Amino acid sequence: MKRLMIAMLLLVSIPFAEAQERVRLTGSGASFPFPLYSAWFKSFSSQNKSISVDYQAKGSGAGIQDFINHTVDFAASDAAMTDEEIAKVPGGVQLVPMTAGEIALAYNVAGVKGLKLPRDVYAGIFLGKITRWSDPKIKAANPGASLPDQDITVVRRADSSGTTFVFTTHLAAISDEWKKGPGVGTTVKWPGSDKFVASPKNDGVAATLRQTPGAIGYVEYAFGKFSKMDMALLQNKSGQFVAPGGKGGEEALASVKLPADLRAWLPDPEGAQAYPIATYTWLLLYKKNADPKKAAALRELVDYCLTEGQKMSLQMGYIPLPESVSATVRKAVASAQ
Amino acid sequence: MSVLEHARHPGAVAGAPSTWDFFADRAFRGIAKAAAALILALLAFILWQIGRKAAPGIRDYGFGFLTSTSWDVGRGHFGILPAIWGTLYSSFLALVMGGFFGIVMAIFLTQDFLPPRLAVVFRTTVELLAAIPSVVYGLWGIFVVVPAIRPMANSFYEHLGWIPIFGTTLSGPGLLPASLVLAIMILPTVAAVSQDALRQVPYRVKEAAYGMGATRWEAILKVMLPTAATGIFGALVLGFGRALGETMALAMLIGNSNQLSLSLFSPANTLAALLALNFPEAGPREVQVLMYAALVLLGITLLVNIAGGAIMTLAARNVRR
Repeated sequence: MKRLMIAMLLLVSIPFAEAQERVRLTGSGASFPFPLYSAWFKSFSSQNKSISVDYQAKGSGAGIQDFINHTVDFAASDAAMTDEEIAKVPGGVQLVPMTAGEIALAYNVAGVKGLKLPRDVYAGIFLGKITRWSDPKIKAANPGASLPDQDITVVRRADSSGTTFVFTTHLAAISDEWKKGPGVGTTVKWPGSDKFVASPKNDGVAATLRQTPGAIGYVEYAFGKFSKMDMALLQNKSGQFVAPGGKGGEEALASVKLPADLRAWLPDPEGAQAYPIATYTWLLLYKKNADPKKAAALRELVDYCLTEGQKMSLQMGYIPLPESVSATVRKAVASAQ
Repeated sequence: MSVLEHARHPGAVAGAPSTWDFFADRAFRGIAKAAAALILALLAFILWQIGRKAAPGIRDYGFGFLTSTSWDVGRGHFGILPAIWGTLYSSFLALVMGGFFGIVMAIFLTQDFLPPRLAVVFRTTVELLAAIPSVVYGLWGIFVVVPAIRPMANSFYEHLGWIPIFGTTLSGPGLLPASLVLAIMILPTVAAVSQDALRQVPYRVKEAAYGMGATRWEAILKVMLPTAATGIFGALVLGFGRALGETMALAMLIGNSNQLSLSLFSPANTLAALLALNFPEAGPREVQVLMYAALVLLGITLLVNIAGGAIMTLAARNVRR
């Protein structure tokens, strides 16, 4: 009887002992890599029972605010951090590129698969200059496709978003008119036309695209992939037409050398097969953490994501980091103490 | 028990109220006054909070904010005329549609057209509409309403395109689908309050009308409706207020495009949608102008309610004469 009671006591106390050693990491920020991050964090926690990770996708801007206010252990941002923002964190910030994503132009034109869009054409569509699917320029790029004589309805994001920021950065890089007109930002002033409509969030844009014949819009590739939309092949800097989701993303990343602060932008990547609209997304770590246990757990987590995690990226619709990049990044993580 | 007892037996000897009665009465009066004051204080607090945050925006953009049509965060140009226009236009359209059907439904359900049991079923169904979440209305709008009305809308454009309200094609989201869904959303409010108004008309009034040889329709249109006009008007004002503030369904359906167009098929923007969509990632400057926009929306709602109240008082006076 006595032995039984001791055994029971032991059984009861085991979870408590574990709970005490358990390290809880909390983070917040970008929603764009959220599906991938949550998959990573889940599989990491299942392998390392002593560490649990909570991540809240509330947007890059909010994540950076939380990070500056020290209310989280780490944050994530699609826009990295500006020097101004970094200066607000006393101990210093380590930016860690974790993965990268592509932005796809999804469209809804019955019977047209593999639409090819030259760079001046898709810039023209989003500038409101090319307004019909039967436009000679689109026809010239797609011989043989049965393009309808239909208005082009442009669907854009209604809320301010990192996706819009990346997309407008690219448009500004390839079109002077765009640079002088709408410009770059998380929200910009779109051309005034009744054929430009806006929907909230990626799912709103996707739903509107699906319900609107003749529509075209920009979504994160992962989103387009899972909602099974037609996505256009875009012409890159070297004149090739590249579909999103293939090797084009990796080639885009490889074409840009990471600087020392690991903040690299790819407004218009070089490379023969590079997909033209891609972007890194970052984790933000403190260089000086108050709790060394947490810092160690964080380094372990990031290392896991950079090695094992990268194997999941492609099938989730993100771009795995090229070998050279992940090696550099893994070394840099050591500075987060 | 004492108060009721006294009221029921006026003949009973009415003594002076006991100390307990006196204090209970005082306490109740105090609580009631405090509750009323609390509502005013809450409104004042909200106004003050929003006003304080909007102050820099008001100072920098002033009246031009209300008349400018551009919303360009990067260049710091902000204007909400299209959003004001869209808010009023969509709410007005919703009120015309929702108001008409709501009142007709109220007449149908209260004027003995249906056996009482069936009327209850109908009433509950209409009230259920109020329980559907806004986002479900939005999805329903995108997936059902838009495809359903698009062919009709575009044939209107082809044949009657010279009339400004049919001046554009309907591609997807737009003013008409948004207003249609909005009309359904305000229908339960309008129907329920109008029913109450109609039911409050004493039965004698109707009997008197019949007694003077009025037909059923004459009794309803010339006696019942004018008598209940104040209440029905209140229902419309409530419905309009709800339409002004509705956010999520509109954000999904209206197209969120800064257009100033009379066309029913053109995308538009509303203040509530503008606020909901831009707040989450707004920078400090944007927060100021969004607060300013919130203040404007509050102002519009207040004006509508005051105007509604004034018209109701006028109408009531006319009926009494």
